[in-house]
Amino acid sequence: MSKVVFYFGVIFLLNSSVQGAVLLVGKNQTITSLNKAIQLAKEGDTIRILPGVYKEKNLVINKRLTLLGEGSPLFDGENKYEILLINANKVEVSGLSFDRSGYSAMNDFAAIKVIDTDSVTISNVQIFNAYFAIHVSNSTRTQIHDNDIIGSPASEQMTGNGIHLWKCSQAHIYNNNIRGHRDGIYFEFVTDSKIEKNFSRKNIRYGLHFMFSNSDYYGHNKFIDNGAGVAVMYSKNVTMLNNWFQQNWGASSYGLLLKDITDSHIEKNKFIRNTVGVLMEGSSRLQVKQNLFQANGWAMKVQASCDDNLFEKNNFIGNSFDIGTNGTLVLNKFTQNYWDKYEGYDLDRDGRGDIPHHPATLYSMLIEQNPTTLLLFRSFIVTLLDKAERAIPSLTPELLRDERPVMKQLLL
Amino acid sequence: MKLTRYVLYDILRNKIVLLYAAFLFLITAGLFQLEENSSKAILSLLTIVLTVLPLVSLIFTTIHYYNSYEFIELMLAQPLSRTRVLLSEYFGLVLSLLGAFWLGVGLPVLFYSPDAIGISLLITGSLLTLVFISMALFTSVHARDKAKGIGLALLLWFYFSLIYDGILLMLLFALSDYPMEKLTLLLSALNPIDLARIVIMLKMDVSALMGYTGAIYKNFFGNAYGTIFTLGVLILWAAFPLGLAKRKFLKKDM
Repeated sequence: MSKVVFYFGVIFLLNSSVQGAVLLVGKNQTITSLNKAIQLAKEGDTIRILPGVYKEKNLVINKRLTLLGEGSPLFDGENKYEILLINANKVEVSGLSFDRSGYSAMNDFAAIKVIDTDSVTISNVQIFNAYFAIHVSNSTRTQIHDNDIIGSPASEQMTGNGIHLWKCSQAHIYNNNIRGHRDGIYFEFVTDSKIEKNFSRKNIRYGLHFMFSNSDYYGHNKFIDNGAGVAVMYSKNVTMLNNWFQQNWGASSYGLLLKDITDSHIEKNKFIRNTVGVLMEGSSRLQVKQNLFQANGWAMKVQASCDDNLFEKNNFIGNSFDIGTNGTLVLNKFTQNYWDKYEGYDLDRDGRGDIPHHPATLYSMLIEQNPTTLLLFRSFIVTLLDKAERAIPSLTPELLRDERPVMKQLLL
Repeated sequence: MKLTRYVLYDILRNKIVLLYAAFLFLITAGLFQLEENSSKAILSLLTIVLTVLPLVSLIFTTIHYYNSYEFIELMLAQPLSRTRVLLSEYFGLVLSLLGAFWLGVGLPVLFYSPDAIGISLLITGSLLTLVFISMALFTSVHARDKAKGIGLALLLWFYFSLIYDGILLMLLFALSDYPMEKLTLLLSALNPIDLARIVIMLKMDVSALMGYTGAIYKNFFGNAYGTIFTLGVLILWAAFPLGLAKRKFLKKDM
């Protein structure tokens, strides 16, 4: 009997601590400002915010609270202030809107800033015209999902990043829609995190930018029409699956820029209509498999500083150039890819070409040295030079070849 | 007008133009049938338009001119102005070769790939036909000897489709330390085949052209001014040799 009473007591206590009290904030309520509500609230309370425009600044949440917006109440930073700072564990923010958080050349002002926390969730939030939209540092298990972030594209210096994470781990960022910021999603020193199903477009610099961030997973994201595409630098154990890189156009714009990346997987991605689909520099032991490269200027530029990479079962279709490189050293392996420019034959009918394919042409090497010669692209003389080079390779790296290219487009 | 009709009948009677049209049609339709995606077929067509078309226009015009030399002499004995006789020859040739081009290439392209690339291929192909007919007319009027005329026509073809680009390539490498982008724009205007190729390349390889150097061409040729410029220069390339041919023809002792 006493045991039962004890259990009931425990459940009762748990209940009260989980639910806490509910505070209402609204123009016609007793509490009219969120700031007041935060001061009144106790650990574990929920604050419900009714529709309206709230001009509040420098709000600090330093206890475990849940902020629920109803009918997306709007917080206006009047281009001067940082709006919300979260500095406590297990805080949840959802359903709010933020507009015009301030710009500062000295501080990284953000619409929502998260510092030194564990398990904070930010969801269904709309952020407009922010400098930084969501700025997270030194936090673990942060969840950021289903947010709409739309910046006002000014110059690169005047705009911050959409979702900015610094020194975090186990973050989960999904279903966000980001555009018009400097970098859509920015990671630095972020580990064991997942980035899924985000849509990042028309950002001034990169759609996704990460550095020194190991063991992260990126899947089903779309990066379209960003100033310089996606940049991935100085990281290990990165997995990129089923992402979509499209229409990143410009002189130094890449679908995916890989710099000093090791032991990573790049699989089943689509690279469509980029100036350069993938640029690889100083990267090792990457598995590049089952990707589609279509209608890019260069499908891939693999610099001679890359080694031990495997390119297998990719489709190369309708690219102006398939592979570009800057030297004769080739330490990578290409096998069983489909090249629409392959001119070989398949006499034994096993679906694989009988002679190797050399994806780098003489002209693609010439262009690397002297870009002005792009003017002669598709001219008769260039075709002749390429044919002669193919018969007797002298300038193109002999080892850059696919021994057994497949004859038919691969089903990916 | 009547004279043009006679020239046209004369050309059509020997059936070579019809064969040419059939040949173009077979190749074009075959390419679209064989290739999985039409952009690759267009790519092969581009080679044909840039090499075969000028060659056929040059050779056909030259041979036709020398073969109808007696007819021309006869016409000049009539009370007709020399300009009219020459222009009739020109338009007869233009109508027949353009007709063959549109039948052989135009119909299949409009059927299989009626997009911006296809249309610009047809327009530049037509203009190239005009350009090379007037060039061949110029050389034929100049050279009395048939062998010399055909030799000159072949030389022109080699020059514009191969030698010029070779010199340009060497020049670009020799002067690679200097900013050559603006100059190459100018140099490309000095070869109608290059100009036609660039117009189509701008549509076909738009992604590759968005790099730094390409962006300059794209900015120049890609806008309305660039289009007017290229069309204008190509028309000049057709009009100028024709004008020279006319000048020579007026003074020529037949």
